[in-house]
Amino acid sequence: MSAIPLDLDNTLERPGERAPLVLGKSDLASITEQVCEIAERPRPSREWWLAFGTSASLTFVLFAMLGYLFWTGLGVWGINQPVAWGFAIINFVFWVGIGHAGTLISAILFLFRQKWRTSINRFAEAMTIFAVICAGLFPAIHVGRPWFEYWLAPLPNQMQMWPNFRSPLLWDVFAVSTYFTVSLMFWYMGMVPDLATLRDRARSKIRQIAYGIAALGWRGSGRHWHRYERAYLLLAALATPLVLSVHSVVSFDFAVSQLPGWHATIFPPYFVAGAIFSGFAMVLTLLIPVRHIFRLESLITPRHLDNMAKIILATGSMVGYSYIIEFFIAWYSGNPYESFTFLNRALGPYAWSYWIMFTCNAIIPQLLWFKRLRQTPGLLLVISIFVNIGMWFERFVIVVTSLSRDFLPSSWGVYWPTWVDLLTFLGSFGLFFTLFLLFLRFLPIVAMAEVKSVVPAAGLELGPHRGHGQYWGEIPHQHDEENER
Amino acid sequence: MSSHAEEKGRLWGLLAEYETVPAVLEAAARVRDAGYRYFDVHTPIPIHGLDEAMGIQVSRLPWLVAGCGAVGASTGLLLQWWTNAVDYPFIISAKPYFGLPAAIPVTFELTVLLAAIGAFVGMLVANGLPQFFHPLFRLERFRRASNDRFFISIEARDPKFDPRATRALLESSGGRPVLEVEG
Repeated sequence: MSAIPLDLDNTLERPGERAPLVLGKSDLASITEQVCEIAERPRPSREWWLAFGTSASLTFVLFAMLGYLFWTGLGVWGINQPVAWGFAIINFVFWVGIGHAGTLISAILFLFRQKWRTSINRFAEAMTIFAVICAGLFPAIHVGRPWFEYWLAPLPNQMQMWPNFRSPLLWDVFAVSTYFTVSLMFWYMGMVPDLATLRDRARSKIRQIAYGIAALGWRGSGRHWHRYERAYLLLAALATPLVLSVHSVVSFDFAVSQLPGWHATIFPPYFVAGAIFSGFAMVLTLLIPVRHIFRLESLITPRHLDNMAKIILATGSMVGYSYIIEFFIAWYSGNPYESFTFLNRALGPYAWSYWIMFTCNAIIPQLLWFKRLRQTPGLLLVISIFVNIGMWFERFVIVVTSLSRDFLPSSWGVYWPTWVDLLTFLGSFGLFFTLFLLFLRFLPIVAMAEVKSVVPAAGLELGPHRGHGQYWGEIPHQHDEENER
Repeated sequence: MSSHAEEKGRLWGLLAEYETVPAVLEAAARVRDAGYRYFDVHTPIPIHGLDEAMGIQVSRLPWLVAGCGAVGASTGLLLQWWTNAVDYPFIISAKPYFGLPAAIPVTFELTVLLAAIGAFVGMLVANGLPQFFHPLFRLERFRRASNDRFFISIEARDPKFDPRATRALLESSGGRPVLEVEG
């Protein structure tokens, strides 16, 4: 089989032709080798240790801040009346938003038969899991007395009380924990065949046992694959509404309240678009360096980056549209409190944060209309970082401006984070990157079995193609006709 | 599973190796048509069309998932109604004790959660996983089943199994090499 040249421009659309999704040598064994080699290096590079040392230190800072918080109490944070939510909820919404890309790629793009997802889904799903872990941390510490966390669950207790199911905050508990569980199962299930590959290649006893246990004894059986594919399709179908529901429910935390700037029907779609926007930005932020460091350019091709950039452009435009329509509705509603809130956002004491948000989210991603920019990884990286910053500030704007100036001027206040707030937020990045670096070191970072099924060696070019998904046409064999009769 | 490997003492079955997808598909269909029931195909990737080539019945997993989803939905609704409207009714923000719109998010989440667990656990249980040992793992060559080669295994417990005839079938279908697997 002739290898496809590595510098082929596979972003071009040729009618009636499928763009190759894997460049370079694309037989099954070389894909295995390329991906497994990363997890099989005898020792990590110096850069890995440097990154791991930094992020592990930041994780230590996070735990130190948590210890200080639990020891002293919520007073160490900048929260006050009226701004009782502050950094904890901003960070929660920020991280859970980032956690949307993985399951979107693995579920929605799977149902839409977007085969380019195969190179990046493992990576994005891992990022999702780690982001949701960081997200879950913040409401958990925000309750103030985390040892009473079990009150959130409908457990029989000595007070004979139950949680209040009419509160969106409780819906959120169910939404985020379900999302985490389902994403974890989806991720792990997708990884089982690849873990079996690592098990079969393992030379040391420890690796054989560790990957052997993780692979559950997978042996590529056709009967197993049949149920596996069914289960994968079902999980994708279940995860698709779930992805859309999670950030909708998060937005209910705001929208179900009465506060001007929060009490808006646009919130669920606006939050979901923002979540996908920020999630894809974080995928690009992580993917571009990893692709470069591990020489994965043949698997994660310019077409993958181009597609992700287009999704960022689309969702970024939706977010920008929401920002503008919020202003229109504030004026059109004739509600003076609503109008004031939005003028206050753009011109009030926190106007700087509003304009950071607007520039990073609504203006900078518009550069992605230019194809040349979509194909310059360095520039994409810079734009994706701007999006990450902008989306954090979006949550800052929503939480802080609405809470600090609500209906009565007598109850207005000012919010500033303390050093504990800032270090806790920084520490959550440490936790995220620590988990991520461990993932890069020990697990298959590209879904090998799935990528293998979109390359020509999988037999795609043989027989009439059915036109959807990784399917190979009819079986070239005479008994089929008899069966049909 | 291997306790019935009677014919040749400890022979578990035969394993044939194929290099390409069309080759293994065709061979699987021939093994199916020869009337074997205890045979399997081992591939590094899911192959569409293999189900027909092997004569696999469509999985009933979706019914299990639907059942789990129904349990999740009814649990969600009953839990919210019973805890907030029956066992400990309390008025908050003048909301009704139980209102369907407010109950939808939790009901939806529990539906998805239980259905997803049903799909994942159901798939593993139906596949008999985890199963950490299998006679095929004895073969060094079988390790390529998770890399770049395709295999067909026929178990000795199959009523049609005959060491020589079965080997001849696998060889004539293009299996190179055909190996014996110890039980």
